[in-house]
Amino acid sequence: MNSAEQIARDVQSGSMSATSVLEMSLDAIRARNEELNVFLYVDEEGALEAATKIDARVANGENVGPLAGVPVALKDNLCQDGIPTTCSSKILEGWRPPYNATVVDRLLAAGAVPVGKTNLDEFAMGSSTENSAFGPTRNPLNPSRVPGGSSGGSAAAVAADMTPLALGSDTGGSIRQPAALCGLVGMKPSYGLVSRYGLVAFASSLDQIGPLTKSVTDAAMLLEAIAGHDVLDSTSLPEPAPSLVAHVNDGVAGKRIGLVRELVDGADEDVVASVERAVEALREAGATIVELSVPEFRLGLSAYYLIAPAEASSNLARFDGVRYGLRVNEGDVTAMMEATRTAGFGEEVKRRIMLGTYALSAGYYDAYYGQALKVRTLTIDAFARAYEQADLLLGATTPSVAFEFGSKTSNPMAMYLSDVFTIPSNLSGEPAISVPFGTGEAGLPTGVQLLGPGRSEAQLFAAARVLEIANG
Amino acid sequence: MSSPLRREDVAYVAKLARLTLSEAQLDLFTEQLGQVLEHANDMNALDLDDVVPTAHPFGLVNVVRDDEVRPSLDHDKVMAMAPDAQDGRFAVPRILGEAP
Repeated sequence: MNSAEQIARDVQSGSMSATSVLEMSLDAIRARNEELNVFLYVDEEGALEAATKIDARVANGENVGPLAGVPVALKDNLCQDGIPTTCSSKILEGWRPPYNATVVDRLLAAGAVPVGKTNLDEFAMGSSTENSAFGPTRNPLNPSRVPGGSSGGSAAAVAADMTPLALGSDTGGSIRQPAALCGLVGMKPSYGLVSRYGLVAFASSLDQIGPLTKSVTDAAMLLEAIAGHDVLDSTSLPEPAPSLVAHVNDGVAGKRIGLVRELVDGADEDVVASVERAVEALREAGATIVELSVPEFRLGLSAYYLIAPAEASSNLARFDGVRYGLRVNEGDVTAMMEATRTAGFGEEVKRRIMLGTYALSAGYYDAYYGQALKVRTLTIDAFARAYEQADLLLGATTPSVAFEFGSKTSNPMAMYLSDVFTIPSNLSGEPAISVPFGTGEAGLPTGVQLLGPGRSEAQLFAAARVLEIANG
Repeated sequence: MSSPLRREDVAYVAKLARLTLSEAQLDLFTEQLGQVLEHANDMNALDLDDVVPTAHPFGLVNVVRDDEVRPSLDHDKVMAMAPDAQDGRFAVPRILGEAP
């Protein structure tokens, strides 16, 4: 499938119809969805209606928008009016949201065509998409491997050429890690750049919606279309969407890029080798490489696995069988709630609710949650010190290439370690991007991660573009 | 603080979280949650007395919109998704006991 950039240009110029683009997308979904389990729901009717309208507007001489006729996949924790939204959980099976997430409204306004909802780890809790109540998603590059997670379905949709664009959400690496494992570009924007209205909350102080695409330019186009202040999200940055696409080819000449030891140590040899080659590529493009050590990043994992479950235990209290979703009738109202939650949540979600409830409970709050919030401060301060010496930071996205099914499911701690390089940016609320660079074991792609201070998305895209060109 | 998690702690937390755990799950969660908390003990070795906690990356301030009437979600559409509804309200099993 062509890039979003190409499709939008062709649709707007009338040389290709939005309906024919959609048909290609639907054909690709029909061909492989059963094998890969990417989409939980495909809205053929709604997508056809949207595409037909776009073609009519083009015929009428209207400017449809920067994403004219581009099919886009939505992670199934994003609400779309009237379209089933499950969060890959039995507790929401059959629920149809009564409103659009702000990102969905903005996609429609930009002329994009939402085609369906993609699989994820239940409530975005996981790093392999194996925690879905509706079965795992397979990696299109090697179906015996995981696509990563939790936005594994969105990553697979793009990797399998089902849609050129997909949205995911990233709480501890859930966009960047699957992007790395599926050979894609994936960005977690600055906290507050993209409205979270209509994103089913996992950990509200960490969650952020962002793009998964094949190219850096497509990612910049998609982010530009969804970013910007929203009155419906009180944590939304009070400023308009930044100009991103215009800066994609700015390069890295004169930039200082910090290679962070803690974002490489512990990674497999093939991943380390790719990071080293990325260093050379950036140097050749005129950047100065500074070697840095940020020991605080090592503490991030511990802090994250208390903060995120604590927030989740509070956010997921709303699933009580009263207003929407599953209800299991049993005895009085408390028995009904307990029976509903016990039947509706999967094991990983229960594990995190338990962990979070414990970390917030009387007697343990200061020792665990309180301590984790202080470590979060240490992480933020450590980033600030690193940015005195470097404009951007560089490291691996994940410790390994895509792993085999079942290899980490019996040991939650081993799975949590998949997120060790991505978590610091969620704790600080700052942006980071994973860009495919090189290959590793079994010919699978390796991802390199670039991190920047708040609102440095344009610089990150420019640096990622340098790597994209060098990667060929 | 290094408190190895006890089985009764897990059972108590399950009650707070409104989850019913089987005997096997209680054993499994006691072990697995204990591992995560053990990993977290590397934070407890630090002297953080003077560090200010961060609950949110930007230090949230309350945002209040202008007090003007705007459309809200359609009542019937919302109620159509309720597991049980009566007279336009959410219906739940009995909350209070019989009147004396």
